[in-house]
Amino acid sequence: MPAVQETVERVKRIDVDQYRYGFETLIESDKAPKGLSEETVKFISQKKNEPDWMLQWRLEAYRRWLTMTEPTWARVDYPKIDFQDLYYYAAPKPKKTVTSLDEIDPEILKTYEKLGIPLREVAMLEGVEPKVGEEDPAKRKIAVDAVFDSVSVATTFKAELKKAGVIFMPISEAIREHPELVQKYLGSVVPTSDNFYATLNSAVFSDGSFVYVPPGVRCPMELSTYFRINERNTGQFERTLIIADKGSYVSYLEGCTAPQRDENQLHAAVVELVAHDDAEIKYSTVQNWYPGNSEGKGGIYNFVTKRGDCRGNHSKISWTQVETGSAITWKYPSCILRGDNSRGEFYSIAISNGFQQVDSGTKMIHLGKNTSSRIISKGIAAGKSQNTYRGLVTAHRKATGARNFTACDSLLIGDKCGAHTVPYIEAKNSSATFEHEATTSKISEDVLFYCIQRGLSQEEAVGLVVNGFVKDVLQQLPMEFAVEAQKLISISLEGSVG
Amino acid sequence: MHHLNKLDTKMALLEVKDLKVRVEEREILHGLTLTVNEGEIHAIMGPNGSGKSTLSHVIAGKPGYEVTDGQILFKGEDLLEMEPNERAAKGVFLAFQYPVEIPGVATMNFLRTALNAQRKARGEDEYSTPDFLKKVREVSKSLNIPQDMLKRGVNVGFSGGEKKRNEVLQMALFEPSLCILDEMDSGLDIDALRIAADGVNALRSPKRSMVVITHYQRLLNYIVPDVVHVMSKGRVVKSGGKELALELEASGYAQFEDAA
Repeated sequence: MPAVQETVERVKRIDVDQYRYGFETLIESDKAPKGLSEETVKFISQKKNEPDWMLQWRLEAYRRWLTMTEPTWARVDYPKIDFQDLYYYAAPKPKKTVTSLDEIDPEILKTYEKLGIPLREVAMLEGVEPKVGEEDPAKRKIAVDAVFDSVSVATTFKAELKKAGVIFMPISEAIREHPELVQKYLGSVVPTSDNFYATLNSAVFSDGSFVYVPPGVRCPMELSTYFRINERNTGQFERTLIIADKGSYVSYLEGCTAPQRDENQLHAAVVELVAHDDAEIKYSTVQNWYPGNSEGKGGIYNFVTKRGDCRGNHSKISWTQVETGSAITWKYPSCILRGDNSRGEFYSIAISNGFQQVDSGTKMIHLGKNTSSRIISKGIAAGKSQNTYRGLVTAHRKATGARNFTACDSLLIGDKCGAHTVPYIEAKNSSATFEHEATTSKISEDVLFYCIQRGLSQEEAVGLVVNGFVKDVLQQLPMEFAVEAQKLISISLEGSVG
Repeated sequence: MHHLNKLDTKMALLEVKDLKVRVEEREILHGLTLTVNEGEIHAIMGPNGSGKSTLSHVIAGKPGYEVTDGQILFKGEDLLEMEPNERAAKGVFLAFQYPVEIPGVATMNFLRTALNAQRKARGEDEYSTPDFLKKVREVSKSLNIPQDMLKRGVNVGFSGGEKKRNEVLQMALFEPSLCILDEMDSGLDIDALRIAADGVNALRSPKRSMVVITHYQRLLNYIVPDVVHVMSKGRVVKSGGKELALELEASGYAQFEDAA
């Protein structure tokens, strides 16, 4: 869009005062000016019709961010990011309209096929729309059904959730419709000052999900199902907030096994979970962002802050993640075990192939009495990738009876990759029981040959062995998803051997 | 020689012709020739380092071996041109000396994945779950394998005897036309050996050939061969009937060291 580009260029040339005047016309454009300034933050806030308190919150984060420096302790290596050379807001672009599955890249269709995603869902995920006067009735039927289904299914879900009293909406809507809840909880788990990327996110977050489950309610469905069908376009700075009130339960699934490409290289999301007394949140992620090409060019930088607060007694938060994509992953879904007898869990499968770099793990911070946590991490490195588990387990002076069990296994495929384990363990009272187990193994030629002698191809053999390796974690995923995830794992490792 | 002539009238299943094989620049097999006809059981005996296991690995297609000369025909087709999994689908089965453990992969799942992969490669329909379960139950029952064992990870925590029985179970399930048993007796006590050998004997059929590789004559008391070959220094140096094994037991391999 040259007109927009022109506007952007013009805005760049004018000084701040003139910029304020120019604001009116700028708001018609769908891209914020390049670079990050208070004006960019205001632009985003205004675009989203946010109340003043939200704008002030963002600005405070922005000012804080200016004083911060990028973390360098992770075992990842990438060229320095010029934060003034990025766009921080772009209106969600409507997907390129295709009228039949024939127009979709056959490579992409092949991946869907391998994942076992039904064609009807492919049509939805890829945004196939019916063309008026379409000649081939068979083709047309797929498209019409797809649109029909996605609308009707979504509506049914909404009605059911409403009946249960569950609030589930984009966070941009929640800011306007439930300001009291958002104000109370936003930033209460990951404060705006938390870390470089979280602070950046607080200033410029685009959109994300908001979930509130009222006391005693068991959310009537996996909030995953909804996402499987509805394509999201939340942009690069996603912000999610989930609150489970006393005695409630919710299971939420983020992401998609389908391959996801995005023009934005930097992704810095923040996810906050709050579990009150006796509440439970199960949060599952399948991440399959573009990992870069075979030479290691391109790919997403995924710098995410995810944290759950077991605020109430007997509360429970469980993270399950299957990470196969992104060029660089920097991600530590954590639990603050504040309530007495609260429990945190972290189950992770992190697969790296090609030139991918993963530095991922968790933090279990035991503050309450008799709190317990469990960490099961499975790292698989193939190609020329580097895969690091980094975990922190701490027990506060008052966290008597704290218990943790950590099992951290790494599997190497080939001899050009690396697996690293960096555990930090800190117990400040003598009644804490922390266990840590770690193994590193190589996928052995003998095991592969055994499988191949029984009729499996090389790739099938690797897939089978790896799926066996990650079985404990796969079992934690919602049923329907586990099967897809299993296939995704095999696909991610294609071409990793021989 | 009379004995061998009689066998020549049968169809050759496996023909190894003047096979030369190297491992990392060192020649292990120096022109080995061996013909196994349909329905026959051949024993290959020889001292350590004579190349017995190398032969079994090359037939199955294990990577790391370089064939510099010679030919292996299986049902008249060039076996060396096929990928190891294609060979499996064609009917080549290697019972390993040391079956590997595959943690997290339930034996049942492994059996099914492998069987269906072979069937698919042959253009046959994959087994449905009920059909497959029925077949596994039948076979495992005849081998005295408890259902519980099939739920465990492949060979994980199995005793030596259980591991070998699992190999025989797969042999029974996949119905190969050529079974190569590599040192099946290693690590087995006499009772475990008897159970495994009974399983193998039950699979004897006019359509199935076996190559039994062993260091000791003991195994051949249980699996009685039609032909015995003695290998030394990468060649077959003597072939004969089952009585050759007994002869070896009495006099040892030393007499063949010079012959090679």
